[in-house]
Amino acid sequence: MFSFVVNRFVQSVLVMLTVGLIAFAMFRFVGDPINNLVGQDTTAEQRAELRESLGLNDPFYVQYARFAVNAAQGQFGQSYFHRRPVSELLVERLPATLELSLVAAVLALVLGVPAGVYTALHRRGVLSQIIMTASLFGVSIPTFLIGIILILIFGVMLQILPTFGRGEVIDLGWWTTGMATPSGLKSLILPALTLALFQLTLIMRLVRAEMLEVLRTDFVKFARARGLRTRSIHFVHALKNSLVPVITITGLQLGSLIAFAIITETVFQWPGMGLLFIQAVIEVDIPVMAAYLVVIGFVFVLINLIVDILYFVVDPRLRVDRGAAGGH
Amino acid sequence: MAREEIGKSEAAPASSLETGYERLGFWARIADNDVTYSFLRSPLVMAAAGITVTFILAAVFAPLVAPFDPFDPTQISLWDGKLPPAWVQGSNPAYFLGTDDQGRDLFSTILYGGRISLLVGFAAVFLSMALGIGLGVAAGYLGGWFDAFVMRLADVQLTIPGILTAILINGIARSVLPIELRDELAIYVVILAIGFSDWPQFARVTRAAALVEAEKEYIQAARVIGLRPFIIIVRHILPNVLRPALVLATIGLALAIIAEATLSFLGQGVPPTTPSLGTLIRIGNDYLFSGLWWITLFPALALVTLVLAVNLLGDWLRDALNPKLR
Repeated sequence: MFSFVVNRFVQSVLVMLTVGLIAFAMFRFVGDPINNLVGQDTTAEQRAELRESLGLNDPFYVQYARFAVNAAQGQFGQSYFHRRPVSELLVERLPATLELSLVAAVLALVLGVPAGVYTALHRRGVLSQIIMTASLFGVSIPTFLIGIILILIFGVMLQILPTFGRGEVIDLGWWTTGMATPSGLKSLILPALTLALFQLTLIMRLVRAEMLEVLRTDFVKFARARGLRTRSIHFVHALKNSLVPVITITGLQLGSLIAFAIITETVFQWPGMGLLFIQAVIEVDIPVMAAYLVVIGFVFVLINLIVDILYFVVDPRLRVDRGAAGGH
Repeated sequence: MAREEIGKSEAAPASSLETGYERLGFWARIADNDVTYSFLRSPLVMAAAGITVTFILAAVFAPLVAPFDPFDPTQISLWDGKLPPAWVQGSNPAYFLGTDDQGRDLFSTILYGGRISLLVGFAAVFLSMALGIGLGVAAGYLGGWFDAFVMRLADVQLTIPGILTAILINGIARSVLPIELRDELAIYVVILAIGFSDWPQFARVTRAAALVEAEKEYIQAARVIGLRPFIIIVRHILPNVLRPALVLATIGLALAIIAEATLSFLGQGVPPTTPSLGTLIRIGNDYLFSGLWWITLFPALALVTLVLAVNLLGDWLRDALNPKLR
């Protein structure tokens, strides 16, 4: 177990260094950092001086090491566009994105798992057919279009839900939450639904496939032969055993939720990191782009690491295989 | 091809054991095929294929089919802008699906837009296929550090969703280009960005297939007679790993079309002067609250229909080519 964790950890650090290298290369070679910092009336000598004082004449690896050390401490320099420290901007925007992604993830799980179980248990049922057909649509409609359709229905036609912004937000000092006010909660509904829909179809299809697989195994047949109640077979035996891959995929999908939040946040003008990033891309605000890349890379690597370890904890077979040979 | 030659020379006396299948003509072989059989059995798949082919034909022959040319300024008049579809009051019957904000006929613009969406989709899939298959086959056959490097790279890229990679590559490429070239080259930048973001899937699948193939006797035979690795890869391994890649390519086409639409919707794709379906939806989105629903809705319907049809084809192809499910 220990060596497994260490091995994974080293891999994660290597991935982070690679992501950092890409972010640094972007920062260093796309456009001239000096031109982006000073005005037009700066003389060539002043520029050269600034270049020297910022260490831009140092060898590549020295600069990269400095970038990595700073990034590890959360320092990404100044935004070219906002003229403020990037770390400040990120901290400001982080709560909005995390709240949106977490609510979407919970929504996808709460709706997706039961729907998957139902369609697996009633394969030929009319409702199952409807759900499966709907899920195919869910996969085929791009996220931004789902958002637009929801806006069209609930914002323009019915006019019952707000379609942009976070509503009223309560500032807790280190965190801003929109989940404590009615307008904040109302504003959350449409974006969270938009973000959740794709994951929902994915989780549902996965649970369905896993359930069908497990229902075919011998131990379920055996449980039936023992005369256990159908309900207990379905939920204790079958569902429990089909949840392992669901945990893995859901964990990994949490990362892609944050990535897809870019699109959802743009559609709903949700003031999160995704909107910050897409604005940075439009304004060629390289420090923000680089910082976003590093932060997202870190989140992904962290999630991967946790999921790997969880997998190890949840599935005893892995432990037996890797533990002392001949244990069984 | 070369594999068949080897097969023939070895199996010449045994040919009488074959079912006569080899002697059938090309069309007869297609008609007798398992895949064709499963195709003809499913009306849904046939409908999906019909829709896909219709879209492709409409895209290719857009200048002949479309009643107006949305790129010709003499045919566009701002006075005709924002007209509703023909069945709504206040419309001009000449514009069946209405017009967009600049007075372009929406039906014609959708036809030309589908052209760009499909062009980007096919080109991007082709690029990621070429890249992924090339790297995957080479990694699987050569092994060693090259294999380790390519696969780690694929792993890292797979942890990040393709759309994020595409946005990043697209954003960086655009910022490197001089401003006056950005719109002109936008379509190529989008193709590159999407193509580069989707290759790891292809690399993984083909590498796995190449590993299996490399162990087979005919490859060992080819090695023994002294063929160079490059020849073995291109002429012997490549034809045998294309089948799984083909399934991925179909699903990849749907994903690429969605990716292009998403980039264009974010304002990072093709410019409004040569709109794709995504650009049209973006334009329409600005007028959603003014009640001009058709500018968004019709391009969106076209996009979803196309993607749904391609997805259905991909699902079917995956099942039809999977011998386990037969």
